[in-house]
Amino acid sequence: MTWLNAILQGILLGGFYALFATGLSLLFGVMGIINLAHGDFAVIAGYVAVVLVPSTHLPMVWGFLVVVPIFALGGYILQRTLFQAALSRGDPLTILLVTFGLSVITENALLQAFTANGQSLDIGGLIADSINPNNVISISDVSLAVLIVAVVLLAALQLMLSRTSTGRQIRAVADDREAAELVGINHRHVFGIAAAIALATVALAGLASGMITEFAPTTGTSNLLFAFEAVVIGGIGSLWGTLVGGIVLGVAQQIGAQINPAYQILAGHVVFLAVLAFRSRGLFAVREAA
Amino acid sequence: MSDEAPALLAVKALTVHHGQLCALDAVSFSVGGGETFAIIGANGAGKSTLLRAIAGLHPPTAGRVVFDGEDITGLPTTERLARGLALVPEGRRLFPSLTVEENLRVGAHRARKGPFDLQRVYELFPWMVERRRQRAARLSGGEQQAVAIGRALVANPRILLLDELSLGLAPVVVQRIYGLLPELLSSGVTILLVEQDVSQAMRAAGRVLCLLEGRTTLEGRADELDRPSIEAAYFGLHAATPDHGGAPA
Repeated sequence: MTWLNAILQGILLGGFYALFATGLSLLFGVMGIINLAHGDFAVIAGYVAVVLVPSTHLPMVWGFLVVVPIFALGGYILQRTLFQAALSRGDPLTILLVTFGLSVITENALLQAFTANGQSLDIGGLIADSINPNNVISISDVSLAVLIVAVVLLAALQLMLSRTSTGRQIRAVADDREAAELVGINHRHVFGIAAAIALATVALAGLASGMITEFAPTTGTSNLLFAFEAVVIGGIGSLWGTLVGGIVLGVAQQIGAQINPAYQILAGHVVFLAVLAFRSRGLFAVREAA
Repeated sequence: MSDEAPALLAVKALTVHHGQLCALDAVSFSVGGGETFAIIGANGAGKSTLLRAIAGLHPPTAGRVVFDGEDITGLPTTERLARGLALVPEGRRLFPSLTVEENLRVGAHRARKGPFDLQRVYELFPWMVERRRQRAARLSGGEQQAVAIGRALVANPRILLLDELSLGLAPVVVQRIYGLLPELLSSGVTILLVEQDVSQAMRAAGRVLCLLEGRTTLEGRADELDRPSIEAAYFGLHAATPDHGGAPA
Protein backbone atom coordinates (compact mmCIF):
# COMPACT_ATOMS: atom_id res chain seq x y z
CA MET A 1 0.00 0.00 0.00
CA THR A 2 2.88 2.36 0.69
CA TRP A 3 4.10 1.68 -2.85
CA LEU A 4 0.69 2.45 -4.28
CA ASN A 5 0.78 5.68 -2.32
CA ALA A 6 4.23 6.46 -3.74
CA ILE A 7 2.92 5.97 -7.26
CA LEU A 8 -0.13 8.15 -6.58
CA GLN A 9 2.06 10.88 -5.11
CA GLY A 10 4.29 10.53 -8.17
CA ILE A 11 1.37 11.04 -10.52
CA LEU A 12 0.30 14.14 -8.58
CA LEU A 13 3.83 15.50 -8.69
CA GLY A 14 3.92 14.65 -12.40
CA GLY A 15 0.93 16.89 -12.97
CA PHE A 16 2.92 19.76 -11.53
CA TYR A 17 5.97 18.95 -13.67
CA ALA A 18 3.77 18.76 -16.76
CA LEU A 19 2.22 22.13 -15.97
CA PHE A 20 5.71 23.48 -15.57
CA ALA A 21 7.04 21.93 -18.75
CA THR A 22 4.22 22.93 -21.10
CA GLY A 23 5.50 26.42 -21.76
CA LEU A 24 9.03 25.18 -22.23
CA SER A 25 7.84 22.61 -24.74
CA LEU A 26 5.77 25.19 -26.60
CA LEU A 27 8.57 27.76 -26.92
CA PHE A 28 10.97 25.12 -28.17
CA GLY A 29 8.46 23.46 -30.47
CA VAL A 30 7.26 26.64 -32.17
CA MET A 31 10.25 28.99 -32.15
CA GLY A 32 13.16 26.73 -31.35
CA ILE A 33 13.83 28.79 -28.22
CA ILE A 34 15.41 26.97 -25.29
CA ASN A 35 14.27 29.26 -22.53
CA LEU A 36 16.76 28.97 -19.67
CA ALA A 37 14.81 31.61 -17.75
CA HIS A 38 11.66 29.47 -17.79
CA GLY A 39 11.98 28.39 -14.18
CA ASP A 40 12.74 31.92 -13.07
CA PHE A 41 9.62 33.21 -14.80
CA ALA A 42 7.60 30.82 -12.66
CA VAL A 43 9.30 32.17 -9.56
CA ILE A 44 8.51 35.73 -10.65
CA ALA A 45 4.85 34.72 -10.92
CA GLY A 46 5.01 33.51 -7.33
CA TYR A 47 6.48 36.78 -6.11
CA VAL A 48 4.00 38.83 -8.10
CA ALA A 49 1.25 36.95 -6.27
CA VAL A 50 3.03 37.43 -2.94
CA VAL A 51 3.11 41.17 -3.46
CA LEU A 52 -0.16 41.67 -5.24
CA VAL A 53 -2.64 39.46 -3.48
CA PRO A 54 -2.27 40.69 0.13
CA SER A 55 -2.48 44.28 -1.01
CA THR A 56 -5.77 43.66 -2.81
CA HIS A 57 -7.21 41.60 0.09
CA LEU A 58 -8.50 39.04 -2.35
CA PRO A 59 -8.39 35.31 -1.74
CA MET A 60 -5.31 33.66 -3.27
CA VAL A 61 -7.27 31.93 -6.00
CA TRP A 62 -8.13 35.32 -7.42
CA GLY A 63 -4.42 35.87 -7.86
CA PHE A 64 -4.67 33.53 -10.83
CA LEU A 65 -7.05 35.87 -12.55
CA VAL A 66 -4.61 38.73 -12.20
CA VAL A 67 -1.18 37.11 -12.55
CA VAL A 68 -1.91 34.84 -15.50
CA PRO A 69 -3.13 37.58 -17.88
CA ILE A 70 -0.25 39.82 -16.84
CA PHE A 71 2.15 37.06 -17.79
CA ALA A 72 0.40 36.38 -21.08
CA LEU A 73 0.73 40.04 -22.02
CA GLY A 74 4.32 40.12 -20.79
CA GLY A 75 5.08 37.03 -22.86
CA TYR A 76 3.79 38.64 -26.02
CA ILE A 77 5.79 41.81 -25.39
CA LEU A 78 8.95 39.91 -24.46
CA GLN A 79 8.73 37.86 -27.64
CA ARG A 80 8.07 40.84 -29.90
CA THR A 81 10.99 42.81 -28.45
CA LEU A 82 13.93 41.03 -26.83
CA PHE A 83 13.39 37.47 -28.09
CA GLN A 84 12.59 38.56 -31.63
CA ALA A 85 15.65 40.78 -31.73
CA ALA A 86 17.77 37.84 -30.59
CA LEU A 87 16.15 35.46 -33.08
CA SER A 88 16.68 37.92 -35.91
CA ARG A 89 20.43 37.67 -35.42
CA GLY A 90 20.08 34.22 -36.96
CA ASP A 91 22.46 32.51 -34.56
CA PRO A 92 20.74 30.02 -32.22
CA LEU A 93 23.36 30.75 -29.57
CA THR A 94 22.19 34.37 -29.25
CA ILE A 95 18.74 33.55 -27.93
CA LEU A 96 20.19 30.91 -25.61
CA LEU A 97 22.53 33.50 -24.11
CA VAL A 98 19.73 36.04 -23.84
CA THR A 99 17.56 33.66 -21.83
CA PHE A 100 20.57 32.66 -19.72
CA GLY A 101 21.20 36.33 -19.01
CA LEU A 102 17.55 36.86 -18.11
CA SER A 103 17.81 33.96 -15.70
CA VAL A 104 20.85 35.41 -13.95
CA ILE A 105 19.35 38.89 -13.80
CA THR A 106 16.04 37.59 -12.47
CA GLU A 107 17.59 35.50 -9.71
CA ASN A 108 19.77 38.33 -8.50
CA ALA A 109 17.06 40.94 -8.72
CA LEU A 110 14.73 38.71 -6.69
CA LEU A 111 17.47 38.07 -4.13
CA GLN A 112 17.95 41.80 -3.82
CA ALA A 113 14.26 42.50 -3.43
CA PHE A 114 12.99 39.53 -1.41
CA THR A 115 16.10 37.97 0.23
CA ALA A 116 16.88 34.28 -0.10
CA ASN A 117 14.15 33.20 2.30
CA GLY A 118 11.58 30.77 1.03
CA GLN A 119 8.06 32.02 0.46
CA SER A 120 4.81 30.30 -0.12
CA LEU A 121 1.36 31.40 -1.13
CA ASP A 122 -1.09 31.38 1.73
CA ILE A 123 -4.18 29.44 0.79
CA GLY A 124 -5.35 29.02 4.35
CA GLY A 125 -6.81 25.72 5.47
CA LEU A 126 -6.99 24.37 1.93
CA ILE A 127 -3.37 23.26 2.12
CA ALA A 128 -4.20 20.63 4.74
CA ASP A 129 -7.28 19.18 3.03
CA SER A 130 -6.84 15.76 1.55
CA ILE A 131 -8.64 12.64 0.46
CA ASN A 132 -7.82 9.67 2.68
CA PRO A 133 -9.33 6.38 1.48
CA ASN A 134 -7.31 4.58 4.16
CA ASN A 135 -4.64 5.42 6.69
CA VAL A 136 -1.73 5.12 4.21
CA ILE A 137 -2.97 6.82 1.10
CA SER A 138 -3.38 10.55 1.30
CA ILE A 139 -4.17 12.67 -1.73
CA SER A 140 -3.75 16.35 -1.15
CA ASP A 141 -6.57 18.43 -2.57
CA VAL A 142 -4.21 21.08 -3.84
CA SER A 143 -1.96 18.60 -5.62
CA LEU A 144 -4.97 16.92 -7.17
CA ALA A 145 -6.23 20.31 -8.33
CA VAL A 146 -2.87 21.02 -9.94
CA LEU A 147 -2.94 17.69 -11.78
CA ILE A 148 -6.47 18.39 -13.00
CA VAL A 149 -5.47 21.90 -14.11
CA ALA A 150 -2.51 20.42 -16.00
CA VAL A 151 -4.67 17.85 -17.80
CA VAL A 152 -7.38 20.38 -18.65
CA LEU A 153 -4.79 22.89 -19.83
CA LEU A 154 -3.03 20.38 -22.07
CA ALA A 155 -6.35 19.19 -23.49
CA ALA A 156 -7.42 22.78 -24.18
CA LEU A 157 -4.08 23.60 -25.81
CA GLN A 158 -4.24 20.46 -27.94
CA LEU A 159 -7.75 21.37 -29.02
CA MET A 160 -6.72 24.93 -29.77
CA LEU A 161 -3.73 23.80 -31.85
CA SER A 162 -5.69 21.27 -33.86
CA ARG A 163 -9.04 23.00 -34.30
CA THR A 164 -8.64 26.76 -34.41
CA SER A 165 -7.24 29.02 -37.09
CA THR A 166 -4.68 30.42 -34.65
CA GLY A 167 -3.63 26.89 -33.75
CA ARG A 168 -3.15 25.97 -37.40
CA GLN A 169 -1.09 29.11 -37.88
CA ILE A 170 1.11 28.24 -34.91
CA ARG A 171 1.75 24.77 -36.32
CA ALA A 172 2.35 26.15 -39.80
CA VAL A 173 4.93 28.61 -38.50
CA ALA A 174 6.59 25.84 -36.49
CA ASP A 175 6.81 23.74 -39.66
CA ASP A 176 8.12 26.35 -42.09
CA ARG A 177 8.42 30.00 -41.19
CA GLU A 178 9.05 31.26 -44.71
CA ALA A 179 6.23 29.26 -46.28
CA ALA A 180 4.00 30.66 -43.55
CA GLU A 181 4.90 34.19 -44.64
CA LEU A 182 3.95 33.20 -48.18
CA VAL A 183 0.42 32.30 -47.10
CA GLY A 184 0.07 35.61 -45.29
CA ILE A 185 0.97 34.62 -41.74
CA ASN A 186 2.92 37.22 -39.82
CA HIS A 187 5.21 34.83 -37.98
CA ARG A 188 6.32 37.46 -35.46
CA HIS A 189 2.74 37.90 -34.28
CA VAL A 190 2.22 34.13 -34.13
CA PHE A 191 5.45 33.78 -32.14
CA GLY A 192 4.09 36.41 -29.78
CA ILE A 193 0.88 34.45 -29.28
CA ALA A 194 2.82 31.26 -28.60
CA ALA A 195 4.99 33.09 -26.07
CA ALA A 196 1.88 34.56 -24.42
CA ILE A 197 0.45 31.07 -23.99
CA ALA A 198 3.77 29.75 -22.73
CA LEU A 199 4.15 32.50 -20.14
CA ALA A 200 0.53 32.12 -19.02
CA THR A 201 1.17 28.44 -18.35
CA VAL A 202 4.44 29.13 -16.57
CA ALA A 203 2.63 31.64 -14.37
CA LEU A 204 0.12 28.95 -13.46
CA ALA A 205 3.01 26.61 -12.67
CA GLY A 206 4.66 29.23 -10.51
CA LEU A 207 1.46 29.83 -8.54
CA ALA A 208 0.96 26.08 -8.18
CA SER A 209 4.47 25.64 -6.84
CA GLY A 210 3.84 28.42 -4.35
CA MET A 211 0.77 26.63 -3.05
CA ILE A 212 2.19 23.10 -2.95
CA THR A 213 5.59 23.98 -1.59
CA GLU A 214 7.95 26.90 -1.13
CA PHE A 215 9.83 28.98 -3.62
CA ALA A 216 12.90 31.17 -3.31
CA PRO A 217 14.80 33.24 -5.91
CA THR A 218 16.94 30.25 -6.87
CA THR A 219 14.28 27.53 -7.11
CA GLY A 220 13.68 28.39 -10.75
CA THR A 221 16.85 26.73 -11.95
CA SER A 222 16.22 23.39 -10.26
CA ASN A 223 12.63 23.34 -11.46
CA LEU A 224 13.86 24.10 -14.96
CA LEU A 225 15.87 20.88 -14.88
CA PHE A 226 12.76 18.83 -14.04
CA ALA A 227 10.79 20.58 -16.75
CA PHE A 228 13.51 19.77 -19.27
CA GLU A 229 13.49 16.14 -18.19
CA ALA A 230 9.70 15.96 -18.51
CA VAL A 231 9.84 17.40 -22.03
CA VAL A 232 12.63 15.08 -23.17
CA ILE A 233 11.11 11.96 -21.60
CA GLY A 234 7.76 12.70 -23.22
CA GLY A 235 9.16 13.61 -26.62
CA ILE A 236 9.79 17.11 -27.88
CA GLY A 237 6.83 18.71 -29.58
CA SER A 238 4.16 16.45 -28.11
CA LEU A 239 1.86 18.02 -25.51
CA TRP A 240 0.46 14.72 -24.24
CA GLY A 241 4.02 13.45 -24.22
CA THR A 242 4.86 16.28 -21.83
CA LEU A 243 2.12 15.12 -19.46
CA VAL A 244 3.32 11.52 -19.62
CA GLY A 245 6.92 12.69 -19.26
CA GLY A 246 6.03 14.68 -16.17
CA ILE A 247 4.20 11.74 -14.64
CA VAL A 248 7.01 9.28 -15.44
CA LEU A 249 9.47 11.64 -13.80
CA GLY A 250 7.23 12.23 -10.78
CA VAL A 251 6.56 8.52 -10.24
CA ALA A 252 10.26 7.68 -10.59
CA GLN A 253 11.14 10.29 -7.98
CA GLN A 254 8.51 9.12 -5.51
CA ILE A 255 9.43 5.47 -5.91
CA GLY A 256 13.07 6.41 -5.45
CA ALA A 257 12.14 8.30 -2.30
CA GLN A 258 10.22 5.28 -1.06
CA ILE A 259 13.35 3.14 -1.36
CA ASN A 260 15.48 5.75 0.34
CA PRO A 261 14.61 9.43 0.75
CA ALA A 262 18.08 10.32 -0.55
CA TYR A 263 17.28 8.66 -3.89
CA GLN A 264 14.34 10.89 -4.83
CA ILE A 265 16.11 13.22 -7.25
CA LEU A 266 18.57 10.57 -8.36
CA ALA A 267 15.82 8.16 -9.43
CA GLY A 268 14.31 10.84 -11.66
CA HIS A 269 17.65 11.51 -13.32
CA VAL A 270 18.26 7.80 -13.85
CA VAL A 271 14.94 7.36 -15.64
CA PHE A 272 15.69 10.45 -17.72
CA LEU A 273 19.09 9.05 -18.72
CA ALA A 274 17.54 5.67 -19.51
CA VAL A 275 15.03 7.32 -21.86
CA LEU A 276 17.82 9.31 -23.52
CA ALA A 277 19.88 6.16 -23.93
CA PHE A 278 17.22 3.81 -25.22
CA ARG A 279 14.60 6.05 -26.76
CA SER A 280 16.34 9.30 -27.41
CA ARG A 281 13.39 10.90 -29.20
CA GLY A 282 11.18 10.44 -26.16
CA LEU A 283 8.22 8.19 -25.47
CA PHE A 284 5.91 10.14 -27.76
CA ALA A 285 8.03 11.28 -30.65
CA VAL A 286 5.53 13.01 -32.92
CA ARG A 287 7.64 14.42 -35.70
CA GLU A 288 7.96 11.69 -38.24
CA ALA A 289 10.45 12.30 -41.02
CA ALA A 290 8.80 14.63 -43.48
CA MET B 1 5.41 47.89 -74.80
CA SER B 2 3.86 51.31 -74.47
CA ASP B 3 1.05 50.23 -76.79
CA GLU B 4 -0.04 47.42 -74.45
CA ALA B 5 -2.42 47.54 -71.51
CA PRO B 6 -0.83 48.86 -68.30
CA ALA B 7 1.26 46.15 -66.68
CA LEU B 8 -0.10 44.28 -63.65
CA LEU B 9 3.43 43.60 -62.47
CA ALA B 10 6.46 45.65 -63.43
CA VAL B 11 9.97 44.81 -62.33
CA LYS B 12 12.32 47.73 -62.79
CA ALA B 13 16.10 47.32 -62.79
CA LEU B 14 15.92 44.83 -59.93
CA THR B 15 19.29 43.96 -58.43
CA VAL B 16 19.69 41.34 -55.71
CA HIS B 17 22.82 40.21 -53.91
CA HIS B 18 23.48 37.03 -51.96
CA GLY B 19 26.21 38.40 -49.75
CA GLN B 20 28.94 39.48 -52.15
CA LEU B 21 27.49 37.59 -55.09
CA CYS B 22 25.32 39.52 -57.50
CA ALA B 23 22.43 37.12 -58.17
CA LEU B 24 20.34 39.51 -60.25
CA ASP B 25 21.74 42.44 -62.16
CA ALA B 26 19.26 45.16 -63.12
CA VAL B 27 16.54 42.87 -64.45
CA SER B 28 13.49 44.60 -65.89
CA PHE B 29 10.30 43.25 -67.39
CA SER B 30 6.59 43.61 -67.03
CA VAL B 31 3.65 41.23 -67.06
CA GLY B 32 0.23 42.30 -68.27
CA GLY B 33 -3.03 41.15 -66.70
CA GLY B 34 -4.24 37.78 -68.02
CA GLU B 35 -0.88 36.90 -69.48
CA THR B 36 1.32 33.84 -68.96
CA PHE B 37 4.90 34.93 -68.66
CA ALA B 38 7.80 32.49 -68.30
CA ILE B 39 11.30 33.04 -67.03
CA ILE B 40 13.76 30.48 -68.30
CA GLY B 41 17.40 29.94 -67.63
CA ALA B 42 19.95 27.41 -66.46
CA ASN B 43 20.62 26.44 -62.86
CA GLY B 44 21.89 29.39 -60.90
CA ALA B 45 20.74 31.94 -63.47
CA GLY B 46 18.80 33.79 -60.77
CA LYS B 47 15.27 32.68 -61.67
CA SER B 48 14.21 31.62 -58.20
CA THR B 49 15.91 34.64 -56.66
CA LEU B 50 13.88 36.83 -58.99
CA LEU B 51 10.57 35.27 -57.94
CA ARG B 52 11.55 35.36 -54.28
CA ALA B 53 12.46 39.03 -54.55
CA ILE B 54 9.13 39.78 -56.22
CA ALA B 55 7.35 37.93 -53.39
CA GLY B 56 9.30 39.90 -50.79
CA LEU B 57 11.42 37.07 -49.40
CA HIS B 58 14.64 38.66 -50.60
CA PRO B 59 15.27 42.36 -50.15
CA PRO B 60 16.70 43.84 -53.36
CA THR B 61 19.83 45.96 -53.35
CA ALA B 62 18.39 48.24 -56.00
CA GLY B 63 15.42 48.53 -58.31
CA ARG B 64 11.69 48.47 -57.80
CA VAL B 65 8.75 46.10 -57.95
CA VAL B 66 5.50 47.75 -59.01
CA PHE B 67 2.23 45.86 -58.64
CA ASP B 68 -0.89 47.31 -60.19
CA GLY B 69 0.64 50.77 -60.23
CA GLU B 70 1.74 50.64 -56.58
CA ASP B 71 5.38 50.42 -55.55
CA ILE B 72 5.54 47.33 -53.33
CA THR B 73 9.34 47.08 -53.09
CA GLY B 74 9.34 47.76 -49.35
CA LEU B 75 6.26 45.75 -48.41
CA PRO B 76 6.52 42.53 -46.41
CA THR B 77 5.52 39.25 -48.02
CA THR B 78 2.24 39.07 -46.14
CA GLU B 79 1.14 42.47 -47.46
CA ARG B 80 1.99 41.47 -51.02
CA LEU B 81 -0.22 38.42 -50.60
CA ALA B 82 -3.02 40.64 -49.32
CA ARG B 83 -2.72 42.71 -52.53
CA GLY B 84 -2.99 39.58 -54.66
CA LEU B 85 0.52 38.35 -55.29
CA ALA B 86 1.08 34.70 -54.34
CA LEU B 87 4.15 32.52 -54.77
CA VAL B 88 4.20 28.74 -55.03
CA PRO B 89 7.77 28.23 -53.86
CA GLU B 90 10.37 25.90 -55.25
CA GLY B 91 10.22 22.53 -53.55
CA ARG B 92 6.51 23.09 -52.75
CA ARG B 93 7.13 23.84 -49.06
CA LEU B 94 3.86 22.46 -47.68
CA PHE B 95 3.44 22.34 -43.93
CA PRO B 96 4.33 18.69 -43.42
CA SER B 97 2.63 18.17 -40.05
CA LEU B 98 -0.62 19.72 -41.26
CA THR B 99 -3.20 17.76 -43.20
CA VAL B 100 -4.06 18.55 -46.82
CA GLU B 101 -7.16 20.42 -45.73
CA GLU B 102 -5.31 22.30 -43.01
CA ASN B 103 -2.72 23.40 -45.55
CA LEU B 104 -5.52 24.78 -47.70
CA ARG B 105 -7.26 26.41 -44.74
CA VAL B 106 -4.07 28.13 -43.69
CA GLY B 107 -3.71 29.34 -47.27
CA ALA B 108 -7.21 30.79 -47.13
CA HIS B 109 -6.97 32.52 -43.79
CA ARG B 110 -6.33 35.93 -45.33
CA ALA B 111 -8.05 35.27 -48.61
CA ARG B 112 -9.17 38.05 -50.89
CA LYS B 113 -12.60 37.83 -52.44
CA GLY B 114 -12.58 35.73 -55.57
CA PRO B 115 -13.54 32.54 -57.34
CA PHE B 116 -11.32 30.15 -55.38
CA ASP B 117 -12.16 28.45 -52.14
CA LEU B 118 -11.56 24.96 -50.75
CA GLN B 119 -14.54 23.64 -52.68
CA ARG B 120 -13.22 24.98 -55.95
CA VAL B 121 -9.78 23.47 -55.31
CA TYR B 122 -11.38 20.11 -54.58
CA GLU B 123 -13.16 20.42 -57.92
CA LEU B 124 -9.85 21.06 -59.66
CA PHE B 125 -8.23 18.10 -57.88
CA PRO B 126 -11.00 15.61 -57.04
CA TRP B 127 -8.54 13.14 -55.45
CA MET B 128 -7.92 15.60 -52.64
CA VAL B 129 -11.37 15.16 -51.13
CA GLU B 130 -10.66 11.61 -50.02
CA ARG B 131 -7.20 12.41 -48.77
CA ARG B 132 -7.89 15.74 -47.15
CA ARG B 133 -7.27 14.38 -43.66
CA GLN B 134 -3.85 12.99 -44.55
CA ARG B 135 -0.70 14.76 -43.51
CA ALA B 136 0.93 16.62 -46.36
CA ALA B 137 4.20 14.82 -45.67
CA ARG B 138 2.59 11.57 -46.80
CA LEU B 139 1.72 12.76 -50.29
CA SER B 140 3.73 12.08 -53.43
CA GLY B 141 5.68 14.91 -55.05
CA GLY B 142 3.02 15.57 -57.67
CA GLU B 143 0.25 15.54 -55.10
CA GLN B 144 2.21 17.94 -52.92
CA GLN B 145 2.66 20.24 -55.89
CA ALA B 146 -1.09 20.22 -56.47
CA VAL B 147 -1.75 21.06 -52.80
CA ALA B 148 0.88 23.82 -52.96
CA ILE B 149 -0.91 25.35 -55.95
CA GLY B 150 -4.25 24.94 -54.19
CA ARG B 151 -2.87 26.59 -51.06
CA ALA B 152 -1.83 29.61 -53.12
CA LEU B 153 -5.07 29.70 -55.13
CA VAL B 154 -7.41 29.85 -52.14
CA ALA B 155 -5.91 33.24 -51.30
CA ASN B 156 -7.40 34.36 -54.64
CA PRO B 157 -4.26 35.94 -56.06
CA ARG B 158 -4.36 38.24 -59.05
CA ILE B 159 -0.97 36.98 -60.10
CA LEU B 160 0.38 33.53 -59.32
CA LEU B 161 4.15 33.06 -59.21
CA LEU B 162 5.09 29.44 -59.91
CA ASP B 163 8.65 28.40 -59.15
CA GLU B 164 9.91 25.27 -60.94
CA LEU B 165 6.64 23.36 -60.99
CA SER B 166 8.25 20.44 -62.78
CA LEU B 167 11.15 19.98 -60.39
CA GLY B 168 11.48 16.33 -59.40
CA LEU B 169 8.17 15.29 -60.95
CA ALA B 170 7.41 12.64 -63.57
CA PRO B 171 6.68 14.09 -67.04
CA VAL B 172 3.10 12.84 -67.01
CA VAL B 173 2.49 14.61 -63.69
CA VAL B 174 4.08 17.77 -65.05
CA GLN B 175 1.76 17.63 -68.07
CA ARG B 176 -1.26 17.31 -65.81
CA ILE B 177 -0.23 20.28 -63.68
CA TYR B 178 0.52 22.47 -66.70
CA GLY B 179 -2.84 21.38 -68.09
CA LEU B 180 -4.43 23.40 -65.29
CA LEU B 181 -2.97 26.72 -66.34
CA PRO B 182 -5.59 27.56 -69.03
CA GLU B 183 -8.31 27.06 -66.44
CA LEU B 184 -6.56 29.37 -64.01
CA LEU B 185 -6.12 31.99 -66.72
CA SER B 186 -9.80 31.82 -67.58
CA SER B 187 -10.55 32.53 -63.91
CA GLY B 188 -8.66 35.78 -64.33
CA VAL B 189 -5.37 34.77 -62.72
CA THR B 190 -2.18 36.07 -64.32
CA ILE B 191 0.71 33.63 -64.28
CA LEU B 192 4.42 34.26 -63.91
CA LEU B 193 6.36 31.04 -63.98
CA VAL B 194 9.95 29.98 -63.70
CA GLU B 195 10.95 26.87 -65.57
CA GLN B 196 14.15 25.06 -66.32
CA ASP B 197 12.50 22.94 -68.99
CA VAL B 198 12.55 25.34 -71.94
CA SER B 199 10.17 23.51 -74.24
CA GLN B 200 7.65 23.22 -71.42
CA ALA B 201 7.91 26.96 -70.78
CA MET B 202 7.58 27.80 -74.47
CA ARG B 203 4.42 25.70 -74.73
CA ALA B 204 2.82 27.24 -71.66
CA ALA B 205 3.76 30.89 -71.94
CA GLY B 206 2.84 33.79 -74.19
CA ARG B 207 6.07 35.60 -73.54
CA VAL B 208 9.40 34.46 -72.17
CA LEU B 209 12.44 36.05 -70.64
CA CYS B 210 15.76 34.26 -70.46
CA LEU B 211 18.19 34.85 -67.62
CA LEU B 212 21.88 34.04 -67.66
CA GLU B 213 24.00 34.68 -64.59
CA GLY B 214 21.55 37.24 -63.31
CA ARG B 215 21.20 39.21 -66.54
CA THR B 216 18.47 39.25 -69.15
CA THR B 217 19.78 37.69 -72.35
CA LEU B 218 16.55 37.42 -74.29
CA GLU B 219 12.95 38.54 -74.13
CA GLY B 220 10.14 38.02 -76.55
CA ARG B 221 6.94 36.30 -77.61
CA ALA B 222 7.22 32.53 -77.28
CA ASP B 223 5.94 31.92 -80.81
CA GLU B 224 8.36 34.37 -82.39
CA LEU B 225 11.60 33.12 -80.87
CA ASP B 226 13.58 30.49 -82.75
CA ARG B 227 15.52 27.68 -81.17
CA PRO B 228 19.03 28.86 -81.97
CA SER B 229 18.54 32.25 -80.41
CA ILE B 230 17.00 30.68 -77.30
CA GLU B 231 19.88 28.24 -77.01
CA ALA B 232 22.35 31.07 -77.38
CA ALA B 233 20.60 33.07 -74.69
CA TYR B 234 20.23 30.07 -72.39
CA PHE B 235 23.83 28.90 -72.57
CA GLY B 236 25.47 32.25 -73.25
CA LEU B 237 26.71 31.17 -76.67
CA HIS B 238 27.35 33.66 -79.39
CA ALA B 239 26.09 32.44 -82.74
CA ALA B 240 29.13 33.85 -84.46
CA THR B 241 31.65 32.13 -82.23
CA PRO B 242 30.42 28.60 -81.57
CA ASP B 243 33.81 27.60 -80.12
CA HIS B 244 33.17 29.94 -77.21
CA GLY B 245 32.09 26.91 -75.23
CA GLY B 246 28.72 26.16 -73.72
CA ALA B 247 28.39 26.05 -69.98
CA PRO B 248 26.70 22.82 -68.87
CA ALA B 249 23.07 23.35 -68.05
